[in-house]
Amino acid sequence: MKNGTKKTFSAGLGQLTIPIIAICLLVIFNLIRDPGFFSIGIMHNNDGNIVLAGNLISIINGASELAVLAIGMTLVTAACGGQDISVGAAAAIAGSVFVKVLKSVPSISGGTVLLAFLSACVVAMLFGCFNGTLVAVFHIQPMIATLILYTCGRSIAYWINGGATPTVDSPILSGIGSFIPGIPIPTPVLIVIALALLFKLLFHFTSLELLTQSVGINGSAARLNGINATFIRLLSFILLGVCVSVAGTIGVSRLGLINHETLLLDVEMDAILAVAIGGNNLGGGKFKIGGSIIGAYVIQMLTITLYAMKVSSTDVKAYKAIVIILLVVIGSPVVKARFEKWVAQFRTPKLKASTKGAE
Amino acid sequence: MKKFRSMLIAVILTMSLVLTACGASGGAASGGSSSGGTIKVGVVNNPPSESGYREANVKDMEAVFSAANGYELKTAYSLKNDEQLQAAQGFITEGVDYLLISAAETTGWDEVLKKAQEAGIKVYLFDRMIDVDESLYEAAVVSDMAKEGETAVKWLLDQNLDAYNVIHIQGAMGSDAQIGRTGALDEQFASGKMTKIVQQTATWDEAEAKKIVESVINSGEDFNVIYAENDGMAKGAVAALDEAGITHGVDGKVIVMGFDCNKWALRELLAGAWNYDGQCSPFQAQIISDLIKGVTTNSSKKIINEEKGFDAKTITQSDIDTYGLGE
Repeated sequence: MKNGTKKTFSAGLGQLTIPIIAICLLVIFNLIRDPGFFSIGIMHNNDGNIVLAGNLISIINGASELAVLAIGMTLVTAACGGQDISVGAAAAIAGSVFVKVLKSVPSISGGTVLLAFLSACVVAMLFGCFNGTLVAVFHIQPMIATLILYTCGRSIAYWINGGATPTVDSPILSGIGSFIPGIPIPTPVLIVIALALLFKLLFHFTSLELLTQSVGINGSAARLNGINATFIRLLSFILLGVCVSVAGTIGVSRLGLINHETLLLDVEMDAILAVAIGGNNLGGGKFKIGGSIIGAYVIQMLTITLYAMKVSSTDVKAYKAIVIILLVVIGSPVVKARFEKWVAQFRTPKLKASTKGAE
Repeated sequence: MKKFRSMLIAVILTMSLVLTACGASGGAASGGSSSGGTIKVGVVNNPPSESGYREANVKDMEAVFSAANGYELKTAYSLKNDEQLQAAQGFITEGVDYLLISAAETTGWDEVLKKAQEAGIKVYLFDRMIDVDESLYEAAVVSDMAKEGETAVKWLLDQNLDAYNVIHIQGAMGSDAQIGRTGALDEQFASGKMTKIVQQTATWDEAEAKKIVESVINSGEDFNVIYAENDGMAKGAVAALDEAGITHGVDGKVIVMGFDCNKWALRELLAGAWNYDGQCSPFQAQIISDLIKGVTTNSSKKIINEEKGFDAKTITQSDIDTYGLGE
């Protein structure tokens, strides 16, 4: 009985072991380096609102776009067994559409912001459809299919707004990208929570999770069982499109400015990493969205830690790579199998000893 | 002696060209004084999508070399040197009067420029230098990136602060703009006049700039100057200040400096939220036009384009309209 609960516990944590260990190690490392690292201060910002500030807030706030993208990326990974490398470029397009709509209306109100977001959402979903069709219908490898948009996406974003860096200024936008008056928690963090809950509800009320997993594990078998594998794969890309538009909107709202060349630059690699650190199989199949979100926070915590240590930002990527190699290797099936074997070996003599003692 | 001979050949060639030129092309070498006809100008440039700078540069060229000013403008845009070379070749064959070049790379232009000279086409370089003999072009109107940094740092020193604790946010490492804008400030760090709180590259990324400033604020270190190497990064830095409740600008605690002079950035200056914005001027067309029409003459082949720097205390709306980039 006791053994049983222990097993379910370790199996339940299973996939999340690596990301949780990683986050714990980073926390411990930071606490040793600087005990005040995670202290949260309460202060007034320049708009006179009471807001929370500190490294911890910077981490969960800064990782918002990445966490949002990681959610969608997890679905695509699970259903298609490959990754979408065009999310950064697609987010630049979505952000550009968002700004374009806002610039074409006479005054920015709640309604127009919603309209702009919905337009961005539709455009991002269309591009998701494009990627999804290539992958699901034409069976092109996801990385190759999305390479097209990865290459041309930022040029398309340029066509939408022209060069330079168009700006939009509105209290509603700073409400989305920074703080809503009266709420001390950064809004992007709330958006991530809301989106994660939305997906949770989606999985709860539909069998999307099960269908995605079965398509990812064996597409042909799923099809023979009456599951429309093409549709599920296409759907995963469309849902990623929604995530992309949310990330793009947050990115633009943070500063009220769109720079199509740098908005969420290289984020696709971080998003894939977040999925990998989250313990999801990059070859598709079973997945846990929670793992990917934690993965996103691990990556961001790593970046902020390195900044706090005044590591030059040109070197940050190299240090990040080292830590990530370690994480991914430790999480790999080969190491896992070795580790389990080693644990088993360690346990058996102990068991023998105890039985001997009983005799 | 060799130079004299090549010049002689060039003169003979141009004269023969003038003599054989048929009505429409109107004297290839006579250029400015072409009677009744328009002056044909071929511009080889980088595409406007390259940057806000380039967009303004292209627009400026189109505005100055317009039909109203007596020009016929032909343009070719590419980021690739070989495509640019082909375009230049095409303009020579077509028979333009002047060839204006902002090259993608500094090398490989010898042959084309010699052909242009043989055809009697006068060459002007703008924005970027090319590694060729000076005799192959009339003038080069270029920016001095180092001077830009010096102008900005001189302005900063003129503020006579008690202490200079600087957050320095750099552009993409190794780019001309980054090297130029970093140089002068590095000198101040070395001499001890200014203190480097942090010096990080955000590779022109606004969001990265915000994170860098946030990490300094979180560490509790004191600073009173933000020197960002473009406007976008300055905006990112200011967003971090705003969230932390730190005042900035004309009457604020922190001095904010940016570069590029986007219109929206200059409006921040006008509102007093930022203190200084420096510019690498993209406006070379008027200088070249004046040279072509003989309004001005150049004493040396290299003409350094005057760099502007705006102070929040003295900037006016007309400055924004005249010098601002974008919208």
